Order: sequence, then C-alpha cells, then structure tokens
Amino acid sequence: MAAQAAPPRAERKELDRVVIRFAGDSGDGMQLTGDRFTSASAIFGNDLATMPDYPAEIRAPAGTLAGVSAFQLHFSDHDILTAGDQPSVLVAMNPAALKANLKDLLPGGLLIVNTDAFEDRNLDKAGYASNPLKDGSLSSYQIYEIPMTTLTVEAVKDSGVSKKEAERAKNMLALGVVSWMYSRPIEPTIAWLEKKFAKKPAIAQSNIAALKAGHAFGETAELSAFEVKPATLAPGTYRRITGNQAMAFGLIAASVQAKLPLFLGSYPITPASDILHELSRHKNFGVRTVQAEDEIAAISMAIGAAFSGHLGVTTTSGPGLDLKSEALGLALSMELPLLVVDIQRGGPSTGLPTKTEQSDLLHAMYGRHGEAPLPIVAPWSPSSCFWAPIEAARIAIRYMTPVIILSDGYLANGAEPWRIPAVSKLPDIQVRFASQPNAGDDFWPFLRDDDTLARPWAIPGTSGLQHRVGGLEKADGTGNISYDADNHQLMTLLRQAKIKAIEEDMEPLEFDADEGAEVLVLGWGSTYGAIGAACRRLRARGKKIGRAHLKHLNPMPKNTRDVLMRFEKVIIPEMNMGQLSKLIRADFLIDAISINKVKGLPFRAAELEQELEKHL
Amino acid sequence: MTMMGQPDHDRGITEASSGVGTLTRDDFVSDQEVRWCPGCGDYAILAAVQSAMPSLGVPPEKMVWVSGIGCSSRFPYYMNTYGIHGIHGRAPAIATGVATARPDLQVWVVTGDGDGLSIGGNHFIHALRRNVNLKILLFNNQIYGLTKGQYSPTSEKGKVTKSTPFGSLEHPFNPVALALGAEASFVARTIDVERKHLPQIIKRAAEHRGSAFIEIYQNCNIFNDGAFVALTGKEGRSQNRIYLEHGKPIRFGPNDENGVRMTSEGRVEVVKVADVGEDKLLVHDEHRDDPSLAFALARVASGPSQPTPIGVFRDVQRPVYGDGMEHQLRTAAEQQGPGDLERLLGSGDTWTV
Repeated sequence: MAAQAAPPRAERKELDRVVIRFAGDSGDGMQLTGDRFTSASAIFGNDLATMPDYPAEIRAPAGTLAGVSAFQLHFSDHDILTAGDQPSVLVAMNPAALKANLKDLLPGGLLIVNTDAFEDRNLDKAGYASNPLKDGSLSSYQIYEIPMTTLTVEAVKDSGVSKKEAERAKNMLALGVVSWMYSRPIEPTIAWLEKKFAKKPAIAQSNIAALKAGHAFGETAELSAFEVKPATLAPGTYRRITGNQAMAFGLIAASVQAKLPLFLGSYPITPASDILHELSRHKNFGVRTVQAEDEIAAISMAIGAAFSGHLGVTTTSGPGLDLKSEALGLALSMELPLLVVDIQRGGPSTGLPTKTEQSDLLHAMYGRHGEAPLPIVAPWSPSSCFWAPIEAARIAIRYMTPVIILSDGYLANGAEPWRIPAVSKLPDIQVRFASQPNAGDDFWPFLRDDDTLARPWAIPGTSGLQHRVGGLEKADGTGNISYDADNHQLMTLLRQAKIKAIEEDMEPLEFDADEGAEVLVLGWGSTYGAIGAACRRLRARGKKIGRAHLKHLNPMPKNTRDVLMRFEKVIIPEMNMGQLSKLIRADFLIDAISINKVKGLPFRAAELEQELEKHL
Repeated sequence: MTMMGQPDHDRGITEASSGVGTLTRDDFVSDQEVRWCPGCGDYAILAAVQSAMPSLGVPPEKMVWVSGIGCSSRFPYYMNTYGIHGIHGRAPAIATGVATARPDLQVWVVTGDGDGLSIGGNHFIHALRRNVNLKILLFNNQIYGLTKGQYSPTSEKGKVTKSTPFGSLEHPFNPVALALGAEASFVARTIDVERKHLPQIIKRAAEHRGSAFIEIYQNCNIFNDGAFVALTGKEGRSQNRIYLEHGKPIRFGPNDENGVRMTSEGRVEVVKVADVGEDKLLVHDEHRDDPSLAFALARVASGPSQPTPIGVFRDVQRPVYGDGMEHQLRTAAEQQGPGDLERLLGSGDTWTV
C-alpha cells in the first residue's frame, strides 16, 4: 500500500492549535511515536512544546495502569508557552492507557483507540468491569476505533519479520494515522527509520509499511482531516531541542568560549543521565567524561579537574545532590570554579524519579553545613538550558566559585523549536590563570582580586606557584591553615560578600506589567510557560497583571526589591511547598502569596489562571 | 574551533621552569611547620619521600599530592608541590580527576587505613580497578589517630579501644590483599622505619605506569604504639621480615633458614628450608600476570605479628585509564574533525524561517 496524498487543503479543517497525547504500554514505543510526530511538526514549521510522562520502571507489567507511558505534544500556528493543559486528542493503545489518561481528555475530544487491545484480559488488568468501547461510557467523546494490531500485521506480512516483531510496529501505524489527520509529512520518519535500522532492513521495512498503512487508512476510512498552519517564528534556522540536550550543548559552548577543556564527572541518575550520554558523544571537542563509581566520586573528580585547569562539571538529580553536599562545600572552600547541574525530580528520598518538581531550591541555597553561599542559576524553558551553563561558567570562572544550575524533569525531557544562535554572538568567557608570584617572591593563593574578591587560579605545571589548598579554614591572603578566630570571621564575610557582589554583574530582573496592574506573578524555572499562558488568558479577559521571572536565584538581580515593591501583591507559583516564597519573605519582608503544586506534573495554564484570578 | 585536549599551559608557565637535573630535596620541602605528634612514624615517611623525590626527575610544579582526612592526610602541606587536602575518603576520586584531566602531571595520593579503607574504600578499589595513573601511599597504623583512638578497618579482632571497650568484633582488611583483589597493577608493602627500602619502593611506584599502591606500616606512638614491633623490634626484625625479591626463592630469618612454599591445596605456608629443600620454595615473580599467587602471598601472615612479606608483590602492565581516554579523544578528533560548535548546534533536522 503506497502512501496517499493528503486531501486538498479545502477539505481540511483549519485549527490554530492541537494538544495530542499518545498513551500506551511502556513497551509500546509511545515516547518514540511522540518524538517522531514532534519532529515532523517542527519541520513543518509549527511552534510546539512537549511533555513526556513515563513510569520509573523500564517495563512495568504489560497492560497495567502502572505501566502506562505517555507523550503529550502541543503544536500550533502561533507561539505557545506550554505543552498544553488537556489533550484534545488521545491515542490509547490499550485499556490501561485509556483509563489512566481519559480524565485529562477535553470533553468532546477525539479518542483514537486500538480496538485489538480491548480484549477481556487487558480490560481486566486495567480494572474495567465492562468494555468501555461497548458500554456507552465514552459517549461524550468522538471515537475512532481502529484495529491497529490487525492492520499492522496485515501491512507488514511481506517484510519477513516474526508476528511479534510485526505487532511491535503498531505504534508506527498509529503515527501514520495521526500524521494523515494532521497533515504531517511522513517522509522524515521514513528516512529516520531507514537510518536507524540500516543494519536490520526487515525491521525498517516493517515499520515503514506500518507507517504508510496508517497514513493510507486515514484517507480511505475518511477520518477527519485538519490543518495547523506553520507558526510565524522569528527568521532564522531552527532545530528541535530538549532541555538536557540544550544543557549538554551549553556546557560544550561554555568550554569553547572559555577555551577550557570540559571535564564531566557523573553517575547515572534519572532524569539527568541524558546529559552524560550526550557529552560522551562529543569527544572531538576534547570533552572528558568519566562515569564515576558514585555521586561523591563524580563531583570529587570534577574538583580535581577544576584544580588542574579544566572546566569541571558534575550532573545529577536530587538524591545525587544530597550525596555531593560535602564535596560541594570543599569546592566552595577551595574557591574553585565548578558547575553542578541538578535536574530536579519529585522528592524526598527516591521520590518520583521520572516526575518533575522544583523542590531543591532551598537545598541548593542551604544544603551544606557551615556558612556556604554559592550562586544559583535556573533555566526556564528547554532551549534556555543552553544559556544556563554558559552563564554559570561565566560566574564560576570570574568569581572562582561553584555554581548550581537548577533545571527540572519537565525542562530536561520537554522539547521545543530552538532558533540556533550564532556562535559569534555567544559571550566570551575570560580565563586568566595566574602566572607570576603575587606577594613579592611568593604566591599567595588567597590574595583576592579587589573588584571581584576572586582568588587567583594557578594550575599545576606553573613553576613557582605551587600551593596547597583544602577544606580547612585558610588565612586570608596566604591561604595557610588558620584557626584564628578573627580570620574565620573575616573569611566568612569575604566568601559571603564575593557571592553577594555578583548581583552587580548580571542582567536586571525584567518585568512585564499592564498599566495599573497591582499584582505581580513571580516565578522561576520551568513554571515560566504556564505562568505566561495564564497571564495571557487573564489579559485576554481584560484583567491587569504583571509578571517577572528569576533566572538568578542567588544572588537575585539587584533590582529585585524595586520590582517587587511596585506591586500591591506578589504571588509566587512553585512546584514545591513555597521555597522561593520563603526566600522572598526573608530577604525583602514581603508578604508573598504562594501557589503550590507537587503532583509531579507542571502547572496547567487554566488552574493557574483560576488561582491568580482569586487575587486580582 | 581548535581541539581542546589540554588547557593552554603556555599562559600559565613561566620559562623559569625548575631544571630537572638540579633538583634537590629542598625543592620538595614546603615552608610549613610539620605538625605531627613527636615520635610519629609519619616524620620518617615524609623524610623518605622528600629524599626520594629529586631522583624521580619530575619538577615539583608537575606534581600534585592529594589527600583525604586524618593524620596522614596533612602530608601535602609539607610538600612544595601542588596539593589538595580533600575530604574524608575521597582522595583517590579527586586524584582521578587530576590525573585524567592532566596526563602530564605526576599524581600522588596519601591516605590512611581509616580514610582509604573505611569511608573511602569504594574510591580506593575503583581507582585501582581503572588503573588510573596515580600512586597511592596508605599509612597503615591500624587505628584512628586524629579522632583520638578508635579501632580502624585494619585493627586486629579483639582490639580494645575507646569505641570497643570489650574488644573489636570485626575482621580486619588486609590492604595488600584488597588491592590485589581489585587487580591493582602495582602493589607493595614497606615500613616507616625502613630508611632504605621505603625510598626504593617509592621510586619503583613512581616509575610504574598506572595505579601503584604502597601499604606503609606506620607506628602511631600515641594510640597504637608497638603495633608493628614484631617487624621492627630488634629481635623480630630479622625473624619476621620476609623480603620479596623478584626471581629469587622466598627465604627469611636471621640465617635465611625459613622459606615460603605453596602447598598442594594452593595455600602458601612458612617452612624450614632444611626440611623441604630450597628447590621447593616459591620463586618470587612480580610480573606474573595472574594475581592469585601474589594474593596467596599477601595472606601468608594474618597480621603484622607474624612473618610478613615486605616489598613488591605485583608489578604488571595493563592499559592505563588516562591513556585510553587520550586515545579516544585523539581518535574522535581524527575521525570527526576537531570540535566545531557551529556544526554541533546545527546538527540534526533543521529548518529555516
């Protein structure tokens, strides 16, 4: 069966946006299906945002609710800010996927189901007493019942794969169906399959056959056809990027801009491992990656590399940050540049490894013994994860300090179109290794720069500058071990003043407020999109509101107080129990109002809109 | 874009690099006052190390000494080299970072029985397993000194200390056997009072490519005085030290009257040479690829109260972690071309608006 041409445009209903969710067993390839659909939408020119949602188990028992894996994509003809609140289209590959996701489908939404999977055993596993396709319980939705497994097996029968392998291609059939319905090109996916399965041509052919069969089925069965025109994006060359990929690229870019080789010490942990994977591929940039024996070794190795003149980096998630705390204190005490990337996930303890949360902010601020301040930066969208390590490296090197980057699971795995920046426009990061004695004939490792309070960075190999540093308190200047009371007070003040002064050296906090708005919504991190969408909805209804988003959490931009004081009320939505809110209250004596959510999922624009409206 | 294998050292290095040929002990002595307890074995080790350094041909600025926490871990402060006084147990991991980032440096780790084998046991075995190019000196005094006298993972069973008033219940580690179990490529043992042997072993370790591990029996005269008296006392010294010499039958005793042989069950035992004949003794082979015999030899004594082998147990070549890393970097640059940021950012599917 050959792929048929999409119906003429006139027959297609035009939509300004679609939120579609693919849901199936964790072995059904839903992440891959969603990813391919996203890629096609990106190439087509839509704006988009994605949210994968999968269980921590690699293969939970098939057919059960615990094993459901889902991927949501929001694509549109205009710029969008989130992966969408509720899907208008749900693709359910089995009863468990239907049951787990139906509550999110918009009333009247479109449901596409694989009827072959709705047999007694699967219905039973999902906890359905009767078949929802037959008992009328889905009457408020538009349903396309498609025997996907049967169609797939029929379509691939000539490709020479086993029945089991044939059935595995049903996700491609589903992709073909929705590709036809939403006028997505299938050619990029065909090319992708040919490349991916170059060594297994039979598998490639079966998947391609299933994809084409799904596409053809869409037309012959006369399913509704829609069109979402390309969005008007700023001119430039675009690619699709996830937060973790952008983080890896940003780390490489920081290394190139600083002309320092990149050294990553890392231990596998969800949802940060993809950064280790990506960086390990780019050895031609001189990137050294070591998969350490544990989280502590990972940061310790990065400290050793930083002492030796490399851009030392360690990547982790919450439980790993717990383990790294002591070593982070060492880096801070040694005053070495170091980047610590924390992809936050639901906590405490092992918590929700694959779900998102913003609950490590206070940990990043205060999670070390002693007075141990360090800078924190936070990306706010998948593509801004490229900005974060460059900015963090700039601060780390200029001020000789470890810097924590707080991303989260939603940013890490979410994707969006990214206008590829011109390399010539990236900031230069100046590195000045010490080369000469700085105190007569001696070298004092803790003789600080007058402007930045940073100590000199003298790296091994430099004759005459040999020195020893460690975690014991150091005498101001000489860096010798010192237990002197006044010196400890002084060093504590100096370490604090050094970090505080970075506020002079960053972009001011921008805010965007309607004339006469009395309420400011203040956010940080991945709530950026949801807050923006909620404000848009309120403004569309004539409400007045202001918003600001912190990219630097410590120190905060110098004008933060001024911005906050312009408004009667400050409202802080966070995916935690009010951590930024505590900082704002403590630092500015402002009676900030918290909106908190810890469901492992991002805010929905609609729920934020509703909450915010209560305060307008 | 240029390939960035190494930092731009030229920015950091002055031309007045120490002439390697003219190095003296003083070049390796820092200006810091040494602060161990009077009579501590650490003084002798420091003196031996500093005296051995000039002969290695490595200038002090190309050396990094890394330590953890404990009495022994103050060592780097007294060396006029680059140094890191790290956190408890993590020195092998920190040193792995230094050695992997900078293959041009000679990297040393100083640790103790508590630091290296208790809190840092994991990093210790993994550094040896990877065969990172670093040299680990473990000062074994079989006690926690800096925290004032608790039992350590090498203390003998039954040891009465502040934390074990009724005697320790724990079976001790044998550090040499542990290192051999991790398949360390160089494993040796010496004693703090061995003024000639100690610098020789240090030199051997320095010349070894890959991980080198030296256990140094070190007397803590405050909390565990005399722990090694069976090997260092006037009488015990000739009776109980079994010097390992490559290619020679293993004999010891005041008149070399004792020897070591392997039993038919694969165990190693001490025998009278007169009873078995010299041809039945084990001939020491440092370079034997399989570590089993060295492991058996490490277990000939259950502790330093019995005849104990001193010297190099194992010295073999196997791939060095950092060398493999450099090879991968070079190969990647050759095959993919040097890193090009513009190309990287524009990789994958792109579209132009």
